[in-house]
Amino acid sequence: MADINTINKDFADLFNQGKQLLMEGSSEIMNENRSKAFQDFERLGVPTRANENYKYTNLIPAFDHPYNVNLRYLKVDVDLNEIFQCDVPELDTNMVLLTNGWFYGNNKQLLELPKGVIVCGVQEAAQKYPEIFNAHYGKYAKPGEDGIVALNTALAKDGLFIYVPKGVVVEKPIQVVNLLRSDRDLLATQRNLFVIEENAQAKIIVCDHTLTHHKYLSNSVTEINVAENAVFDLYTLQNQHLNSVILNSTFIRQDAHSNVLTNTISLYGGTIRNNHHVLLDAEYCENNTYGMYLMDHKQHVDNFTCIDHAKPNCVSNEHFKGVMDDEASGAFSGRINVRRDAQKTEAYQSNNNLLLSNEALINTKPQLVIDADDVKCSHGATVGQMDEDALFYLRARGIDEKEARQMLMFAFAHEIIEKIRVEALKERIDELVDKRLRGEISKCNTCAVACNH
Amino acid sequence: MAKKEQDKILDEVTKSDYKYGFVTDIETDIIGKGLNEDVIRLISSKKKEPEFMLEFRLKAYRHWQTMTMPKWAHLKMPEIDYQDIIYYAAPKQEAKLESLDDVDPELLETFNKLGIPLDEQKHLAGVAVDAVMDSSSVKTTFKEVLAERGIIFCSFSEAVQEHPDLIQEYLASVVPMHDNYFAALNSAVFSDGSFVYIPKGVRCPMELSTYFRINAANTGQFERTLIIAEEESFVSYLEGCTAPMRDENQLHAAIVEIVVKGNAEVKYSTVQNWYPGNKEGKGGIFNFVTKRGICEGENAKLMWAQVETGSAITWKYPSTILKGDGSSSEFYSVAVTNNYQQADTGTKMIHIGNNTKSTIISKGISAGKSDNSYRGLVKVTKNCEGARNFSQCDSLLLGDKCGAHTFPYLEIGNKTARVEHEATTSKIGEDQIFYCNQRGISTEDAIGLIVNGYAKEVINKMPMEFAVEAQKLLQISLEGSVG
Repeated sequence: MADINTINKDFADLFNQGKQLLMEGSSEIMNENRSKAFQDFERLGVPTRANENYKYTNLIPAFDHPYNVNLRYLKVDVDLNEIFQCDVPELDTNMVLLTNGWFYGNNKQLLELPKGVIVCGVQEAAQKYPEIFNAHYGKYAKPGEDGIVALNTALAKDGLFIYVPKGVVVEKPIQVVNLLRSDRDLLATQRNLFVIEENAQAKIIVCDHTLTHHKYLSNSVTEINVAENAVFDLYTLQNQHLNSVILNSTFIRQDAHSNVLTNTISLYGGTIRNNHHVLLDAEYCENNTYGMYLMDHKQHVDNFTCIDHAKPNCVSNEHFKGVMDDEASGAFSGRINVRRDAQKTEAYQSNNNLLLSNEALINTKPQLVIDADDVKCSHGATVGQMDEDALFYLRARGIDEKEARQMLMFAFAHEIIEKIRVEALKERIDELVDKRLRGEISKCNTCAVACNH
Repeated sequence: MAKKEQDKILDEVTKSDYKYGFVTDIETDIIGKGLNEDVIRLISSKKKEPEFMLEFRLKAYRHWQTMTMPKWAHLKMPEIDYQDIIYYAAPKQEAKLESLDDVDPELLETFNKLGIPLDEQKHLAGVAVDAVMDSSSVKTTFKEVLAERGIIFCSFSEAVQEHPDLIQEYLASVVPMHDNYFAALNSAVFSDGSFVYIPKGVRCPMELSTYFRINAANTGQFERTLIIAEEESFVSYLEGCTAPMRDENQLHAAIVEIVVKGNAEVKYSTVQNWYPGNKEGKGGIFNFVTKRGICEGENAKLMWAQVETGSAITWKYPSTILKGDGSSSEFYSVAVTNNYQQADTGTKMIHIGNNTKSTIISKGISAGKSDNSYRGLVKVTKNCEGARNFSQCDSLLLGDKCGAHTFPYLEIGNKTARVEHEATTSKIGEDQIFYCNQRGISTEDAIGLIVNGYAKEVINKMPMEFAVEAQKLLQISLEGSVG
């Protein structure tokens, strides 16, 4: 196994050798951030377990692999039927496609979008809408604090750009399908920027899918700015094969009276690490952060969240639930930060876990860092098995044990699904989770490639 | 509490914030500043230690040199210059003491001032005391009474001389010398401490207590406590600490090791009241302590109770390894920080044996510009069936410049485990104060009342004598922080 220094050096070499290609086609501001972030990466490197924030996730095996890197958009053949299989069928959405972290060249024009809404690739946005792009790009993510965010910023070329102008309500959810499809092992770097202006409303559904059986390392960073009075929903559905590694960092900044709901559902994936940062940067914000993970085999999931209450009178709710089976391992690390003078803050956090096997492992770390006195904060964490009384109740009514366990597990997970604010998606996820818990989808159910996982 | 008594406390407080802040003028045997192998040899020879102890110290020192100071705690502190510390200071004593009359009267006076019943007259108090000043154990009381039952209670250096077999068997068996930075440092330079051995089936008839006092300037205190409770025995052990007021920070890095065998029970209570520094945050003790117990046999029981009110920085996690099947451990803590004090404290419960149980109740109270963190670990290993843990960590904030933080770690590797953690942070309810005001209780008194009620759950677990002292301490520590 390569040691961390070799891995870091390989990336440094990659950056130095590919500099020309990296700079090409990117806007000035992207390249400015790129150089700075590379210096950060040289200082930080890929985070190891010595880093307190990565205590429970060992990234070295994920990075210790000769991946290919695309520094240019490569045309990928996508069979649209394949994608529609993956699509949530009853759902009426605006769909956009990204392949290997790049905006798909043949995306159809989204005609049904309200006037002024922009959905395009990041490279394109940097050229066509520099005012919007430059005002927000690189303003929320913090490459100086996390090696993988620095690496993303240094290598980022493209991703998705969404802009919702003042007062515009996008009724239909925008569905983003991230496809990983390649004929070789790939490191995909994706950089997204979503800007939701004052009084605007939008819902985004992100589905991650791997279409080929190659080993993937997907390192994506999403920056989101939600302006005053805006309402924004982000649903992330992670459903990839066991050979893939997902590193997903989201940075959300909220302005006064804004309302944000995120729900991250991890159904399948080899190693998943979600970094979720929320900055409540003005008064009277509401943030709801939910997540669910259903892991078996040797999968690993690590949800790291940080809700930063910088201003008074904000409310945040955070709830993560997980079911761990086989030899799966999971970690949850939640931090609520209440800064000095952020009075009248209300922040709640909880994490519940079901352990179904003795080989499964869960590490949870709910944290409160509070520097103001007039606050209401609480957190709770539980790890346990199914309630035997509830099981008995069901069995006494003639339900066999397997089905009873199934029902209880489903009810356990449903608490998170319930929070979804798109009715059709809620039903679809319910169905997916039910199937997933029954073991009927042993892999991404939409994956057209019959890989052995 | 009666009004009169309350006034008395208030009065005491307005005169001096820290009533134990005096210095005893006594001849002290001090070595030079700095740390190297020669210093360690010197300490060892001064204590006339057998060869194995010197070996142990040197090994620990060599390991310490390869380590670096850990940075993960939620603390702000200056760099510690380890060459600027005196590693050995002891009150000068000519010969071995036979009776209390031989003890320097100045010393006796000191401990009397501190309210420590060193004197046999205080027989009624019924507490056996081992008093440790700076680096040396001064006097252990009630030794003879205890010896009749086979209980050994003496200073650590005495134990090294008289019971080297026990020391060799148990020293560093719970806290290995390479365990952490401060444990390694302590293992290299520790000077004295208490040693307790309770034989099989013996119930210790009185509370055992150690009183630690730092007196000399520029010194560090490195003591080591070792408690061994054989099968079916019981002991309750108390520990108290104070230090003079000085402008510079002084380091206190101790180790406590506890071995609890089958069906035995140990209660370990601490009232920690080292000098916390002045109102501007100048001076005070750095209290970096490693405390760990192991429940070795079946149904062994270990209880930690602590009231932490002193020290500029407290950094400690009394922990229990639950190895025996059915063993259990409880941790009760009240940590109070005021002015510029910082505390990063909590516990670790390591469940290894089947059907092991642990309870954690932690109450943090922050006032002034202080920071108070709870950091705890509950670990259930893979083959540990039926483990049960309940943790509750509450924080109370008194003032808008202080911080309260909670960092629990739950690492669960077995599906039969049931682990729960709860934490809340809040300030004293305005309605609670209003209720008291309405009934003629001033706001200041009301806060005292509420804080005491809040801490009651923990203080109730302490032995009587300590509970009273702890309650008074709470009042004093919070004085001037509210209103």
